Amino acid sequence: MYSTNYHRPSSVEEAVALFGKGSDPKYLAGGHTLLPVMKQRLAGPSDVIDIAKIPGLIGVEASADALTIKAATTYYDIMHNADVKRTIPAIAHLTSVLGDPAVRYRGTIGGSVATNDPAADYPAAVLALNATVKTNKREIPADQFFKGLFMTALEDNEIITAISFPIPAKAGYAKMRNPASRFALTGVFVAKHKSGEIRVAATGASQNGVMRVGVIEEALKANWSASALDNVKVSDEGLMADIHGTSDYRANLIRVMAQRAVDAAG
Amino acid sequence: MSKISMTVNGKAVTAEVEDRTLLVHLLRDHLNLTGTHVGCDTSQCGACIVHIDGRAVKSCTTLVGQANGANITTIEGISKGDELHPMQAAFRDNHGLQCGYCTPGMIMSAIDIVHRHGGDLDEETVRQELEGNICRCTGYHNIVKSVLDAASRMKVAQAAE
Repeated sequence: MYSTNYHRPSSVEEAVALFGKGSDPKYLAGGHTLLPVMKQRLAGPSDVIDIAKIPGLIGVEASADALTIKAATTYYDIMHNADVKRTIPAIAHLTSVLGDPAVRYRGTIGGSVATNDPAADYPAAVLALNATVKTNKREIPADQFFKGLFMTALEDNEIITAISFPIPAKAGYAKMRNPASRFALTGVFVAKHKSGEIRVAATGASQNGVMRVGVIEEALKANWSASALDNVKVSDEGLMADIHGTSDYRANLIRVMAQRAVDAAG
Repeated sequence: MSKISMTVNGKAVTAEVEDRTLLVHLLRDHLNLTGTHVGCDTSQCGACIVHIDGRAVKSCTTLVGQANGANITTIEGISKGDELHPMQAAFRDNHGLQCGYCTPGMIMSAIDIVHRHGGDLDEETVRQELEGNICRCTGYHNIVKSVLDAASRMKVAQAAE
């Protein structure tokens, strides 16, 4: 790892001020993406600014219409939170199949969404649930947040403070895990909103990161059931192909995972 | 360089180290606590697991700064003198190790699993919960047996207190 300076600010304002002083600074949350990349010397930030312990960034709030998870809340705390389990159990389930127990103690929802790894789980929930990403500067709708592989609408010094999920009528998540990394080989989040809108998002599949799956949304709008997807053909255009699976294989996985997610949603 | 203060195995520790130092290197190279191992160094294998404030985490993916002020427990800190921790005793009695390289991480994870689930563990839960610990000898069968045995011993010990 290249030399760096570690900072632990106690507020978002202090974190932004520290960021402004660094020559090539990075924010650090759970660190389970950034630190491995730093160890490989693929990143060498001058400063790492640890925002994981800022009190205002931790916690969960639920109202009748929305579940708001603050950005530095860990996976462990999310999957065991009573409000999460009650309002959107699919998020608790998604979190419980993410990484492993030691990783779940450290990883944060804000870190995952800000990184936008193409095989990360939370981006699928954010997109399918039409969540709002709240930052220290503004609120960004999910449809405008994800900009491709590891790219988001966030500016350099911008910090996600919370993610607000509208509470859906029904939601489910299913994924085929890569057995070694436990990342999604393909994961699909399905949501039936209270307005009747159907949104379906797939992660781990597209070369451009998380994406909505129109053909599945249409089929589920006509008939919300797993069997409605039996004969749906998902295009393999733009899907990833690697040693774990061809693009055609992933296209089929999107359909199968969507079916399992609908079954889980009920 | 930063001055770090933390509690390691019940003792106050201070050190002046580079900010890029990982917790596992502080433990092994500065404090000579070499029971915590570096296996994959990519946060997948779990050989480096220690407890930070009671939670089993990967010390190869933790900067010392992140652990500054914390309470750290390593494999060296769980026995009471010569009396092994029930998890260590169960690993010995059930032949829960072959080469032993993954064992400290397995034991630190397993203690955390029992703390979270209590004594009522079943085999499937143990196998799922140990997914962040890899054994290259593929000795999982006896590792799972050890954890289940220790869970019931820890339950009995807790009931007696």
